Amino acid sequence: MIAILDCEMGNLQSVFHGIDSMGYDCEILKSNELSDENTHLVIPGVGNYHQVMSSENITDIKKSIHDFANTGKPILGICLGMQLLSDWGEEGGGIDGLGLIGGNVDRMFEDRATRLPHVGWNSVDFLNDHPLFSGLKNNLDFYFVHSYQFIPKNNNSIFASTNHGQDFTSIVAERNIIGVQFHPEKSQSNGLKMLENFCAWDGKC
Amino acid sequence: MLKKRIIPIQLLIDNRLVKTIEFGKYRDVGNPVSSSKIYNDSDADELIFLNINREERSIEPLLTLIKKVSEVCFMPLSLGGGVKTIDDASRLIQNGADKIVLNSAIYDDLNLIEKIAYKFGNQAVVASVDARMNQSENKYDLYSNCGRDSQPVDLVDHLKLIENQGAGEIIITSIDKDGTMNGYDKELIKIAVENTAIPIIGAGGAGTFDHLKEAFLETDVSALACGSLFNFGDNNPIRAKAFLTNYSIPFKVI
Repeated sequence: MIAILDCEMGNLQSVFHGIDSMGYDCEILKSNELSDENTHLVIPGVGNYHQVMSSENITDIKKSIHDFANTGKPILGICLGMQLLSDWGEEGGGIDGLGLIGGNVDRMFEDRATRLPHVGWNSVDFLNDHPLFSGLKNNLDFYFVHSYQFIPKNNNSIFASTNHGQDFTSIVAERNIIGVQFHPEKSQSNGLKMLENFCAWDGKC
Repeated sequence: MLKKRIIPIQLLIDNRLVKTIEFGKYRDVGNPVSSSKIYNDSDADELIFLNINREERSIEPLLTLIKKVSEVCFMPLSLGGGVKTIDDASRLIQNGADKIVLNSAIYDDLNLIEKIAYKFGNQAVVASVDARMNQSENKYDLYSNCGRDSQPVDLVDHLKLIENQGAGEIIITSIDKDGTMNGYDKELIKIAVENTAIPIIGAGGAGTFDHLKEAFLETDVSALACGSLFNFGDNNPIRAKAFLTNYSIPFKVI
């Protein structure tokens, strides 16, 4: 049973329908409802870094996610969910993140021609191989919508990059944890394929 | 590189798909759930739904619709028409909407943009601006409530205010061009692009693929919305992009 984490914000239905349409069982859960039956965890998200990390029961949420990560089962962070994997995020005033993958989240490069938010379809250049990329060609377009970027501490954690004025990390991964800056659940057939690959992943690289 | 977007815009009255001319008389053009399924298969980049029923200004019809559409469409979905409060926005987002389109409510409560943006992020707010050319004074007048109520606000001031409040995108619609199928108001689009730093979606007037080509090549618009072009005739986003790709306009590869 795939768990979709409910942080009481954002559109969870699309992730649910995306996984469901690939034929996997999933449920939307609060962090304290995670159980041994959950084989995979998806941290979805649109919203504001600071607002999530300053919620009143964040200590409990952090602990449940870390406990899940320590079992070695796969975790997928989507968009804000990917950014929350970091140590620290600038958005909304600066606050500590979940600390699952080393790095910070800063505002992206911006100028007259490079508008923020970075919204729309952009190509994803796979730099390393990963079980989630199985059956997907390189440099396909996925749907992005964000103004902040994950800057990993370790360059080896960068699994894909995308260009918007400058290159930024569009997929970050370490161990059983992977984060994607785009929205697979909004990226039509290729996005659904990536969700399917996640559901079939055992968390090993 | 970020690609250009083509966004079918679907107008709704009593949960039927309709198409207006100059924001006035309308024709029934089908069922929005079936048409969305077809758009999902024909390479549309996103979908925008606007409830333009002037009698019943509530979000209930949109809620019914989004539950069904989000089951069959795996692309970004924007909804608007009658959204007045952050509670309205929350309910739509929780039921499958990705972005909320605000128009009339912005004139009454400018802070609504900021409130939704704080809770759901800037990208969740699309501000919609409806403008009509005032020939005698050679300037654009703004209208709310589906083109009914004139708003005594300057176009550029309003665009900047929207941006400062934290909207993620602006959809700028020419009321004069709506449903006429004789081309976008490129001057209006240029004003929006040049006076803001957020992505602009141009709307109103697309009737041929040439109209899309002209607007993409002559302005820095991020996306173009189309109604009549896809509602009537044998056109779809795949064919539009096949045509536009000949002019080096970049679209997504899937």
